[in-house]
Amino acid sequence: MTTKRRAAALAALAALVLVACGGPGTGGANSGVLGGIHNPSDTRGGTLRYANSGDWDSLDPADTYYGYSWNFARLYGRALVMFKPAPGAQGATLVPDLAESLGRSSDDAKSWTYTLRPGVKFDDGTPVTSKDVKYAVERSLDKTTFPNGPTYFNDVLDLQGYTSPYADPDPDKLGLKAIETPDDRTIVFHLRKPFSGFDYLAQIPATMPVPRAKDTGSKYKEHVVSTGPYLFQTNELGKRFTMVRNPQWDPATDPNRHPLPDTITVDLNVNADDIDNRLLAGDLDVAIEGSGVGPSAQGRILGDQGLRASTDSALVARLWYTAINPDVAPLDNIHCRKAVLYAADRVGYQRAYGGGTGGEIATNLLPPVIPGAQRFDLYPSPKHLGDIAKAKDELAQCGQPNGFTTGISYRAERPKEKATAEALQQSLARAGIKLEIKPYPLADYLKLYAGKPDYAKANNLGLIVYGWGADWPDGYGFLAQIVDSRVIRSTGGNSNLGIKDPAIDQMLDQALVTADTAAREQIWLGIDRKVMEDAFVLPGVWAKGLLYRPPNLTNVFISDGFQMYDYLTLGTTRR
Amino acid sequence: MGAYVVRRMIAAVILLLIVTAATFVVFFLVPRLAGATPEDLASRYVGRTASPAVIHQIAVKLGFTDPIWVQYGRFVKGLVLGADYSTGPTTVHCPAPCFGYSFLTQNPVLPDLLDRLPVTMSLAAGGAAIWLVAGVSTGVISALRRGSVFDRAAMGVALAGVSLPIFFTGLLALAIFSYWLGITAPGGSYVPIQENPLRWAYSLLLPWITLAFLYAAAYARLTRAGMLDTMGEDFIRTARAKGLPERTVVLKHGLRSALTPILTIFGLDLGLLLGGAILTESTYSLPGIGKYSVDAVVNNDLPKVLGVVLVGSIFIIAANLVVDLLYAVVDPRVRT
Repeated sequence: MTTKRRAAALAALAALVLVACGGPGTGGANSGVLGGIHNPSDTRGGTLRYANSGDWDSLDPADTYYGYSWNFARLYGRALVMFKPAPGAQGATLVPDLAESLGRSSDDAKSWTYTLRPGVKFDDGTPVTSKDVKYAVERSLDKTTFPNGPTYFNDVLDLQGYTSPYADPDPDKLGLKAIETPDDRTIVFHLRKPFSGFDYLAQIPATMPVPRAKDTGSKYKEHVVSTGPYLFQTNELGKRFTMVRNPQWDPATDPNRHPLPDTITVDLNVNADDIDNRLLAGDLDVAIEGSGVGPSAQGRILGDQGLRASTDSALVARLWYTAINPDVAPLDNIHCRKAVLYAADRVGYQRAYGGGTGGEIATNLLPPVIPGAQRFDLYPSPKHLGDIAKAKDELAQCGQPNGFTTGISYRAERPKEKATAEALQQSLARAGIKLEIKPYPLADYLKLYAGKPDYAKANNLGLIVYGWGADWPDGYGFLAQIVDSRVIRSTGGNSNLGIKDPAIDQMLDQALVTADTAAREQIWLGIDRKVMEDAFVLPGVWAKGLLYRPPNLTNVFISDGFQMYDYLTLGTTRR
Repeated sequence: MGAYVVRRMIAAVILLLIVTAATFVVFFLVPRLAGATPEDLASRYVGRTASPAVIHQIAVKLGFTDPIWVQYGRFVKGLVLGADYSTGPTTVHCPAPCFGYSFLTQNPVLPDLLDRLPVTMSLAAGGAAIWLVAGVSTGVISALRRGSVFDRAAMGVALAGVSLPIFFTGLLALAIFSYWLGITAPGGSYVPIQENPLRWAYSLLLPWITLAFLYAAAYARLTRAGMLDTMGEDFIRTARAKGLPERTVVLKHGLRSALTPILTIFGLDLGLLLGGAILTESTYSLPGIGKYSVDAVVNNDLPKVLGVVLVGSIFIIAANLVVDLLYAVVDPRVRT
């Protein structure tokens, strides 16, 4: 397994090397090649300027669910564990943060114990205890007050009916039985069912301690109490906020963080094109969403050698794919599904996402940045252009030698998905499979249309254009919501668009009780292979983002943990 | 005059109720006719792994399970009497007029709006001053020198101004003046006037000019056409025959008469702009009402949308009222 990881690391490094080759001759690019870090520096000071084209769902650690937000939250909060601030594959490994070590599980993986580091304080000087962590997790369970955050703790903890500390009769509001705090430094989580990957949950910002005395519920995001190296100096919701060094943060308690800038500013709701322009003009340091520059700036950057040298192409844990819906005849027949997989022109799919800049041609599910992921291709064709002879052969076995007609849905607001549907319409027609293109509004795509099984079936949506990103780079984080047949709800809102195989469900359950990481990764791989064997998914593109790195930015690298620049380590030469 | 204003105010309140009710209907009734349940609506305001139970809780909390008239009644009641909202550990009172709380961010809407209003007002006022002066004077000169090089050039530029969208001229202006030449402020650098008037003007200069370019073009063409019409009238000939100086003929007799339609349009334009200069604010990342409304609509955030609709309607109604009163000043003929 380690060799595979190393291979992934090497691949990531190679990507950096390729980008760095034409880099500016300051020596920074060269060391970037060696350590995977551009402009390495330990010089402190200066102001680092971020901008966001939208707004946070919330700055409250209990109520946030964006990758960039989890990346950034580590500047003002300390979860029990965290993704290591390190380049490439290293960045996808978990290291203890507020805790002294990773979680210690019971034999059945149903209870998990963490011991807190001594000496950690809130920004008002109050010491952090395990009760503050428990309270933070408790409040994150209250989805009426904090609707945006993930529900992993609601799902795995043995709640016994507990809903919220705000409805808790216990005078200390610590009545949740599923979390024990035998002393001020120990915290024990009791789960409903075994969950071998619990450390991934312990890195969610919901475990960042919250002092009960300062908790104002849905207004807490206006005054988040910091445990990290920065605290909020000003916070104008929806507009901007500034952060300065937190004097109560003690580096002796924190081996992971080496904060460089003195001040951090974040502008919110900034025009996306303007963000790109400001980045290129040196008027801004980081586009915080980490999803890469927009199409117009991309054209400008790729056409300019100098600018191009200052970019990183981040392979993200996201797959753009088309689900093949087995509810819709004749796709209930595996041979008809395989015919689709053989007939599809994958190069056309990639072109729909902007060619090589948009991502790599995917041949299976798990994106390569996920530890343990492997590339394999069960439906090979020359140059990925499709194999019409094989497709026709499968069609014959399916009893549809002359092809068939089915619908393909996509999200109307997404031009790339439209291009995908059109490209597939063309390439599948070569084998006699005719597609009727059906756009649906993005906001209700899963709730009312493609993700609602009876609607999809009644409207003949045989192919469903979609995409999925992992909450964290791990097989569970990527697969659980899209391959488990038991998460399919007849009421709609599904992200599993028709993968129904009891063998896959069983493998998922088995993975959750497998403590050994390498063995677990083998199971994720097995699921990936099974989905492809069942021909439930036409993989399209493993997404990439083109990140631009202004020259004054120091200590820049892409971590596989967040698949964007690691915000904990960034510095600036601008004073 | 007093009775007239009062009558207009009562009509305005009724209009506001109709406008907000229509917004409600579009938001709730249309999706429901399309088959959406309260839970479908609520699922827009939860994280992506929310369970059906959680989605139901949110639907109840946001009041989606009540009939639409109950929800509308609650909104109007909040406006008149205020409302109470739970933040989790405590309940806060939102005093009247309470515009409600955002479905998505749970922030109260009214403070947000009041906070953003000065930005939009600054933008609209500065832009309006520039386009009115530039547009009208260009129009007058063009009309007086019909067919001259100035006329043709000005009308050509005006055509471009009317045709080019702000997200094009705005981004182009930013690229040239802010990032290339570095003489104007970059996007998103708004400074409130009470903080530093000079920086305020500096940060708004480019948005003003971009906005004014679009409107001035239309006003120049309008003024030119109006002036050409008026200058051919009999009363102008009479004025000239009386031996009045040309200045007086043009400004007092000609322009004043040509100004009436301009004033009408100006009232509407200004009212609309105060309800949010959507494209300009988005292009320059100005945190005004327009940017706010775009974010609200994109996120299906009804309380915010309602707030913007209310504020926008109030401005349009007020601007029209002012224009109607100003008619009397500009055009002596309508005085009764």
